[in-house]
Amino acid sequence: MGKSRNHFITNSIRIKNEKIFLNKETVLSFDSEIGFPQFLKDSYKKLGLKYPKYHKMDSLCKLGILGSSVLLKDQNFDADTALVFSNTSASHDIDLKHKQSMESIVSPTVFVYTLPNIVLGEISIKYKLQSENVFFIEDKFNAELLWDYSEALLNSGKVSSVVCGWIELKNEQYDVLLCLVSNNGEIPFTKDNLEELYKFENE
Amino acid sequence: MSDLRTELKQSIIEQLNLEELNIEDIDNDDALFGDGLGLDSIDALELIVLLEKDYGIKLTDPDQAKEIFLSINKMAGYIESHRTK
Repeated sequence: MGKSRNHFITNSIRIKNEKIFLNKETVLSFDSEIGFPQFLKDSYKKLGLKYPKYHKMDSLCKLGILGSSVLLKDQNFDADTALVFSNTSASHDIDLKHKQSMESIVSPTVFVYTLPNIVLGEISIKYKLQSENVFFIEDKFNAELLWDYSEALLNSGKVSSVVCGWIELKNEQYDVLLCLVSNNGEIPFTKDNLEELYKFENE
Repeated sequence: MSDLRTELKQSIIEQLNLEELNIEDIDNDDALFGDGLGLDSIDALELIVLLEKDYGIKLTDPDQAKEIFLSINKMAGYIESHRTK
């Protein structure tokens, strides 16, 4: 159970504690006092992203764009690359903002982000993906679910690779792990390896 | 007169999170949608909200919005003749 013969974790990124890691190597690191909004803004600048739409997104989508930008940089992936994401707080922070805006005239640009799976759409638009995507809401990081669903997609032959992982955000506390899974790499795509990558920066 | 145009540019930059733009980057006759500032349909809804919140103007006809949101000059002209606050 939980073992793959042919699929590998080609790349993995972790975003937590004002830091961004690629394959456990630090890509960006900020002072812990920076604050979440500034972390999102400064990461965009430091990564040299040229994507003005980023600034219009809610914070969950910004985390998704930052993560995918680091994860997919210099990688070969096809438009059929599937997205299998999960978290526990859905779109909590933007939901709260929307609720507050209901005291006056609601903001359409806030409302459009009040679903967690919008992050999948934003990533798909940026990378021109025309693929299957799914967003699970779970009590906690569930490596088995991510592994099982991704494996099923890969084994179906309908997708060449998968980006799977955890993208949690609540009250500006964030915890992101995204993995590019394909036929290339050295780390076998297993439930245990997913868990091990998630534990990085969590222990 | 020009103050309203400057105010509108500032509001649009803030409300639509156009962080990479400054007031000086927007000409009064620049197209706001399409090839101009590249605003989209959700931005158009936000501009409708902006007109109501800041100037007391309620737009109900989408075709009317298309005309008004052509440029800063068009918006300012409409606001000057229809504002209730």
